[in-house]
Amino acid sequence: MSYVSKPIRKRDAMSLVTGKPVYTGDLCPAGALQVCLLRSPHAHALVESVDKTAALRVPGVVAIYTWEDAPQSRFTTAGQTWPEPSPYDRLILDRRLRCVGDPVAIIAAETEESAQKARQLLKVKYQVLEPLLDFTKALDNPIIVHPEENFRALCDVGTDAARNLCSQEEMTVGDVEGELAQSEVVLERVYHSRANSQAMMETFRTYSYIDEYGRLNVVSSTQVPFHVRRILGNALEMSRRDIRIVKPRIGGGFGAKQSVVSEIFPAFVTKMTGRPAYICYTRQESFTNGSPRHEMEMRVRIGADRDGTIRVIDLFALSNAGAYGDHGPTTIGLVGHKALSLYGTLKAARFGCQVVYTNTMGAGAYRGYGATQGIFAVETAVNELAAQLGMDPCLLREKNMVRQGQIMATYYNEPCNSCALDRCMEKAKKMMNWEEKYPRRVLENGHIRSVGVAMAMQGSGISGVDIGSVEIRLNDDGFYTLLVGCTDMGTGCDTILSQMAADCLECDLDRIAVRGVDTDQSPYDTGSYASSTTYITGMAVVRTCQELREKILDMGAQMMGVPVEQAEFDGRRVFVPGGKEISLAEIGSASFEGHNHCLSSCISHSSPISPPPFMVGMAEIDLDPETGAVQVVDYAAAVDCGTVVNTNLARVQTEGGIAQGIGMTLYEEVLHTPQGRLVNDSFLQYKIPSRLDLGTIRVEFESSYEPSGPFGAKSIGELVINTPAPAILGAILNATGKAFHTLPVKPEDVAMALLEDKK
Amino acid sequence: MYTASNYVLAQSLEQALELNRKKSSAVIGGGCWLRLGNRRIGTLIDLSALGLDKIQEKEEEISLGAMVTLRQLETSKELAAAFGPLFQEMVRHIVGVQFRNCATLGGSIVSRFGFSDVLTGLMALDCQVELAQKGRMPLEEYARLSPDRDILTAVVVKKDGRKAAYQSVRNASTDLPVLTCALSRKGDLWRLVLGARPGKAMAAETDDAGRLEELARDFSFGSNMRGSEEYRRHLAEVLTRRALAQLEGEQV
Amino acid sequence: MTVTITLNGIRRTGEVQADTSLYTFLRQQGCLSVKCGCETSNCGLCTVHMDGHPVLSCSVPAFRADGHEVTTLEGLQKEAEEFGAFLADEGGEQCGFCSPGFVMSVLAMVRELPDPTDEEIREYLAGNLCRCTGYQSQLRAIKKWLAARKEGDK
Repeated sequence: MSYVSKPIRKRDAMSLVTGKPVYTGDLCPAGALQVCLLRSPHAHALVESVDKTAALRVPGVVAIYTWEDAPQSRFTTAGQTWPEPSPYDRLILDRRLRCVGDPVAIIAAETEESAQKARQLLKVKYQVLEPLLDFTKALDNPIIVHPEENFRALCDVGTDAARNLCSQEEMTVGDVEGELAQSEVVLERVYHSRANSQAMMETFRTYSYIDEYGRLNVVSSTQVPFHVRRILGNALEMSRRDIRIVKPRIGGGFGAKQSVVSEIFPAFVTKMTGRPAYICYTRQESFTNGSPRHEMEMRVRIGADRDGTIRVIDLFALSNAGAYGDHGPTTIGLVGHKALSLYGTLKAARFGCQVVYTNTMGAGAYRGYGATQGIFAVETAVNELAAQLGMDPCLLREKNMVRQGQIMATYYNEPCNSCALDRCMEKAKKMMNWEEKYPRRVLENGHIRSVGVAMAMQGSGISGVDIGSVEIRLNDDGFYTLLVGCTDMGTGCDTILSQMAADCLECDLDRIAVRGVDTDQSPYDTGSYASSTTYITGMAVVRTCQELREKILDMGAQMMGVPVEQAEFDGRRVFVPGGKEISLAEIGSASFEGHNHCLSSCISHSSPISPPPFMVGMAEIDLDPETGAVQVVDYAAAVDCGTVVNTNLARVQTEGGIAQGIGMTLYEEVLHTPQGRLVNDSFLQYKIPSRLDLGTIRVEFESSYEPSGPFGAKSIGELVINTPAPAILGAILNATGKAFHTLPVKPEDVAMALLEDKK
Repeated sequence: MYTASNYVLAQSLEQALELNRKKSSAVIGGGCWLRLGNRRIGTLIDLSALGLDKIQEKEEEISLGAMVTLRQLETSKELAAAFGPLFQEMVRHIVGVQFRNCATLGGSIVSRFGFSDVLTGLMALDCQVELAQKGRMPLEEYARLSPDRDILTAVVVKKDGRKAAYQSVRNASTDLPVLTCALSRKGDLWRLVLGARPGKAMAAETDDAGRLEELARDFSFGSNMRGSEEYRRHLAEVLTRRALAQLEGEQV
Repeated sequence: MTVTITLNGIRRTGEVQADTSLYTFLRQQGCLSVKCGCETSNCGLCTVHMDGHPVLSCSVPAFRADGHEVTTLEGLQKEAEEFGAFLADEGGEQCGFCSPGFVMSVLAMVRELPDPTDEEIREYLAGNLCRCTGYQSQLRAIKKWLAARKEGDK
C-alpha cells in the first residue's frame, strides 16, 4: 500500500465533522480571566490620561492595564525567523495610538460581561493628532507615524522611519530603458489592489496559564508556535525558557495567524496576575485590527514587439504597511520576483518598491503574500497587451512563458528545474474549451459570456531561511510517533506528512501517530507559512525516515547476530533473504528494554532554493451589461505543484484559494472613512463568497517532478489565490473592451463604464 | 450586541403594550437585527406566546402575523398561490435559511430599514398593517411614520388579483441590496416600489405602463458604499423594465 | 431566570440572563460543537435545530427556547458520522470550524428536501459560510451521500 498521491482522508477529519471540542476556545479552562481591550477611536492620538476609578469598581474586575504598566521594549508581531526583516515598531500598549483600534487598555475580569462593563467606564483623555491616511502621500509627509527613539530595524531593508519608510529595494536585470526604447509597443498602466481580510472562520484567540513548573503556557490558534515563543519573550521581557506554546486545531489562518495578534494580551495578564486568562477576538476586532493583505499601487511598463515577444517589464510597487511594519519588507519582494519570473523571454526587467507607514490598520501576511498583488498587475497588463496587439492572450503567453531548464534571472537566478506551465496552459485551454469560447458570445438574454486567462507562480518555502524538523520514534509494538513543529491549520499537513512517512517506512498509515505542536516537545519548525510545509518539512520527513530505517536495520541485524550488510528491512521485518527474520514489533519492544538503543531520528531540513509551483487559471464569466453584474460561472485551473501528495487536499486547497481570489476580485475590500475608521468590519458589510456566488471550479493537476522536493513535490497553498483577479478582469476586457485597474471591480464599475459608451 | 435586564414572554397584547410604554423596552422579533445595535434594553418583550406566527387566509385577504418568519413567507403555499413567486423572490437573498427561520415579518417591517427587501415587496401589494392600539393603517403610511410605542401584530394583504414581480441587484448574492424593485399590476394600475435607494422603500403609481421607466428615474436616490446615486438611478430603470417584462410574461 | 430546554433529548435546566443567547447557553451546557463566527447573524456557524428547524443560536434568546426542543451536533452523532464520512472523503471539512453548523444545515435540508437539485442545495446552504474550501468539495460530498442514501433505500 502506498499513500502518496492518493486522496487520503485527513487524520483528524472525523473529529472535526462530528464537532469534537478540539479548538482553542473549546479547551480553555473554566475560571480563566476574560480579557478584553479598550481600543482607540482615533487614527492618530496620544493617551493623556486614563481614569480607571469607576471601571475598577465593577464587580469581578481583576485588573486594568494601561501603557505605563506595560514593558517598553519594542518588538514586531510578524512571525518570521530572527532577525526579522519587519522593524521593531510595537509595544504591548503604547501611549501613541497609530490607528483606529490600537489598544489603549487591557481589562481582565471574572466574566466577559464585567470586562465589557468596565471597558465602558474607562475615561480616557486623548490628544487627537492629525492622521496620515493616504498611502500615496506618506513618504516624507510632515506627519510621522513612528517618531519614537527606540524604533529599530534589525535588517537592512532601507528603513527610514523619519520618512515614513518601512522598507525599499530595487532590482534590475539588463538594460530596461534601452529595451523599452527598442520595443515596438509599450504599455504603461497603474494598478491598485485593496487590503483584504483573511476572514478565517475562527477569529484570533488565545488562553494562557502558569503550569505546575511555574512556566507560562500559551495555547493559541497560531501558524507559528516557535515564533510566538520568541515574540512573547521579547514583548513581555521574559526569558524564552519560561514560555511554552501549544497549538491545538486551528479554524483557518491563511496567513492571518502568522502574526502574533491575540497572544500577547492574555499572556501579559497571566504574567501579571498569575491566573489563567483568555481572549477571543470578536469578528469586528478581527476585521479592524487583524493582519490583512497590504494595499498596493503598482505601475507596470511592458515593452513588446508586434509579433508578441515581450522584451521587458518594469514594475514599481508602493505598499501600505499601515501603522506597523509586520511583513511589510518581505511581502513586497514577492510582488516583483513572483510576477516578473513568469516570463522567461525578458531581455530586461526592473522591480522597485517602497513600503510606507500610515495611520491605517497594520497589514500582515495573507495567502499569496505580495505575489497576488504583483501577478494581478502584471498579468492584467499582459491581457491588455494582448488586446492591444490583437492577439489571443494564451498565445501571447505561450510565446513568452518561463520554461523548464531556464535560469530565472528575476528569481534570485534560480534554475527552473521543474515546470509544467506550458502543459498547464494546454490543459486549461482544453478544460475551458478556450478556442471555442474566446473571446465572447452574447446570450439571448443580452448577457455576455466571455473567458479570461492568467498564469501564476509562488515559491516553496523561504530559501535558506525556513527550517522544518521532524522526529520519528519507533515504539514497542512497532508503531511510530511522528513529531512535527509545522502547524496543521486545516490544510492537512499532519496527514500529508504521515502519508510520506508511511511510504518511506513502508507501513500502514495507522501505525504512525501524529501530534499537534508543543514547543516543549515538537522539534523546531519555522511554522506553516510561505508555502513551506509540504516541501521543506516533507523533505525532513523523507530524510528522517531514511536515517531511522538504517537504525532499525542495524538493530535488527544485531539482534539476529548477522552482519548488517546481509540484512534488509521491508517495513515489517528485518531479514536475511532466505534466512532469519525479526519483526519490527520485536525490534521495537527490544529497543525499550535495558540498553541504549531507543530508536529515534530527528533531522532538520532547509533548502537553498524555493522551487516555484505554477498554474494557469481561466475564468468564464456571465456579464449582465445593464446591471454590470459579473458572475464567474466556471473556473478551470491546471496546476503544477510537482507531485501531488494528497489529491483531495490539493484539490480543495486549489478550489478554496480560487474562491478567495474571486472574492477579492469582485467585492472584498477593506474600506476606511475619511477619519480612518473601518467601514466594513463585519460579515454584513465585508462579504466573502457564499455558495450562491460561485459557479463551478474545476481543478486538474499537470505535474512536473521537483528533484529537491519530497517525492518530487512543490507547494500549493498560496499559488492558488493568484489567478482569479487577472483572469476575471481579462474576461471582462474580452466581454466589453473595458480594462479595469482597481480591485474590486463591482457591478457599478462595469455598468457605468458601459454607459459611458452609450453617451 | 444589545443588553437587556428583563425578559418577559407576554401573555396578552395588553401586557405587551403596557410593558412597551417604557422607552427602555423593546419588542424582540427574531433577534437578528436587534443584535446589530448596542441598545441597552430594560425589558425585552417576546410576542411568541400570542399566536402571531400564523399565515391566515381569508376570503378577501391573507393575514400575516407579526411573528411569522421570513422562511414561512418563502415557503407558504397560500402566498405562492395568490401572488406567484413574489414572496420567495423578495426573501431568498436574505443571508440563509437559518437566518430566515429566525427573522420575523414584524421585525423587518417595524425596523423600516432602507435596505429592506420585505418592505419593498409588500408595498407593491395592497397591504395594511394591524397595530395593537391604532388598528389598521396602510403599510405605506406606516413606513413613513417614526417608530412609536404601539405594537405591530399583523400585516394584512388584500387578495385583489394583483400580480407582482420582484427584482434586486446585489454586489454579492447574500449582500444587502444596491437597489430593490417591486412592480405590481391591478387592472390598468401599475404600482412601482423602489427600495434601498438607499433610503427606505417608496411607491408611485401610474396607469400608463409606458411611463414606468420615467417614473423610476424620478425617485430620489443617494449614495453609500454599495452604490452611487447615479448607478441607482440607472438600475431603477433597468429593474423596472425587467419587472415590467416579467409581468407582461416576456422572457427577461 | 430559569429555562428548561429539551437539549438533545434530555431536559436541561439552567440559569440565564435576559440577554443570554441560546448559543451561550448551549456552550455552557457543554455543547462545544456549536461555534460562533460573527456578531451579525451572517455566518451560520452556530446553526442548531429548534423544534426541528435550523436556527442561528446566536440570535435566539435563550429564554425563547424555554420549553422547546433544541438539537446540536452532540445529539446527532450517528448522522454526523454518516454524512461526515462523505465530507471527510472529499476533504470538504478542511479547518473544520464551520463543519458543525454546516452539518446541522445539511441534516435539516434533507428533511425538507429529500431529493434536492444542485441549485437547491446551494440555496439552502447559502447561510453557511466557509472560507477554506470554495464549497465544491462540500457539494460533491452531499451529492455522493444522497446517492448512497438512495441506494441504501432500495
